Amino acid sequence: MTLLEFRDYLVPGLALGALYSVIAIGYTLVYGVLKLINFAHSEVFMLGGFGALIVLTEVAPGHPSGLVSVLLVLLGLVVSGLVGAGTAFGLEKVAYRPLRKRNAPALIFLISAIGASFFLYNLAGKLFGRDPKAMPALFDNGVLFHVLGAPVDVVKLLLIVAALAMIVGLDLLVRRTKLGSAIRAVAQDPEAAGLMGVDIDRIVSRTFVIGGVLGGIAGFLFGLNSQVSFTMGFIPGITAFAAAVLGGIGNLRGAMLGGMLLGLVETYNVPLFGEEWRYVAAFAVLVLVLMFRPTGILGAKLGRTA
Amino acid sequence: MTAATHLVHRTATTDPAPAPATAPATAPAPAILELADLHVSYGAISALRGIDMVVREGEVVALLGANGAGKTTTLRTVSGLHRPTAGEVRFCGERIDGVSSHAVVGLGIGHSPEGRRVFADMTVLENLHMGAYRFKRLRQEDLERVFTLFPRLAERRTQQAGTLSGGEQQMLAMGRALMGRPELLLLDEPSMGLAPLIVAQIFEIIKEINAQGTTVLLVEQNAAQALKIADRGYVLETGRITMHAPARELLDDPRIRTAYLGETTP
Repeated sequence: MTLLEFRDYLVPGLALGALYSVIAIGYTLVYGVLKLINFAHSEVFMLGGFGALIVLTEVAPGHPSGLVSVLLVLLGLVVSGLVGAGTAFGLEKVAYRPLRKRNAPALIFLISAIGASFFLYNLAGKLFGRDPKAMPALFDNGVLFHVLGAPVDVVKLLLIVAALAMIVGLDLLVRRTKLGSAIRAVAQDPEAAGLMGVDIDRIVSRTFVIGGVLGGIAGFLFGLNSQVSFTMGFIPGITAFAAAVLGGIGNLRGAMLGGMLLGLVETYNVPLFGEEWRYVAAFAVLVLVLMFRPTGILGAKLGRTA
Repeated sequence: MTAATHLVHRTATTDPAPAPATAPATAPAPAILELADLHVSYGAISALRGIDMVVREGEVVALLGANGAGKTTTLRTVSGLHRPTAGEVRFCGERIDGVSSHAVVGLGIGHSPEGRRVFADMTVLENLHMGAYRFKRLRQEDLERVFTLFPRLAERRTQQAGTLSGGEQQMLAMGRALMGRPELLLLDEPSMGLAPLIVAQIFEIIKEINAQGTTVLLVEQNAAQALKIADRGYVLETGRITMHAPARELLDDPRIRTAYLGETTP
């Protein structure tokens, strides 16, 4: 790989990594409070994409520009965030809470999660059609500026900025707010948190909603970058899950780091080994890291945010 | 001065008559906590088999017993972590069995659990904030009260709780429970695993907390220390109350001396 190629893949790699980070946070947050992998999180992502697609297709004029573009992007962010939040909220209520009330074993949660995932993506295929759809044009996607000579277009910039804003916002929320303290307390010791007056059910539900907002918005951003389809959640979902494990499941900063790493690895795989190896290296990295550090790069210390 | 106030307080609330369970000589303080025929089971195993117990306002009551007697289960049931299979828990006259643990805190019951259970990855200050979770915001005077009782916590306020010594963690668990301004404080084995000097300190502080107006229900294996600061004591054996008397009487009782104070029969 020449230096020039290296440069050209950097921005797309970072953009993809930022997206994976945001999705990975959804997995790791829920794991933190419930010790369960919400495998239906990929469908939260997918439905967020569809939510934005459907609303924006209705309202977007042919060639928006300027302020209209900005408003459309904001509308897409809000709609996808709300759809993601609603989906995650419903998932917790329907697929997980009844099991928690009956103290079901972990395996049952896993089956319920996979079942919910199948149900949702097939439902989306049935409702919205099985062909991939492009987001309507929200802005003129020109090159904005160059970094070290590599072009940065509007979509990539939007993706990176939005993802970073979400990551920073979430980090502040978890470390600085009362809700964040409660989430950390529940992750560390739910029973002790209850003795402090923390309503665990409410915190679990809010944790799902926070993860859902991030996942839904990631779906919209992903759709802008490529397309929206009922199967779009699968690869990003499984990669982001791998990213969360790679960084140390339950560890927020680990999820961010793992997402960035896998986004870059996946992107650089293409010029290095060819397109057909795109998804292989990410998992090879995962396996390699876990062989030497089974708790992930930053460690799976539960409830730890740093 | 604190010892003096404590003494006044104690004589005001407890009755020195020999048989308080049946006929108190003067009007007793109102009951803050009542357990009536309380049964708790874990699956097929019954941990509590019909417990009757009263804690009156302003008292320190010690609940003694060997490992597995059901002491911790009793406290956990009061806090709503277990549901009784039969019987009642009443706090200030209201039934609270079946109320979930986070709601029990809001009623005014603080619980410093067995094994301390501090949030290891949070700082001392963050742990204390969690203790005040039921309030909209933490009140500075509560924080100052805890730091006055436990100056060590003030020194270590920015330190991660997991890096504290056992004694400091115990202080944090108690301080955290106090941040919720409990009327009744449940203390589960505060002396467990601590050096004698620290144990003495902890018990001094429990006396002080009580003197400041908090009723204390104390679960202890260290019967000698517990009975020294308690007004009354209950002895729990395999899920049943087998003895109940003023603390001083229990301290002198030969059965207690052999079973819980480590003395051989004379």
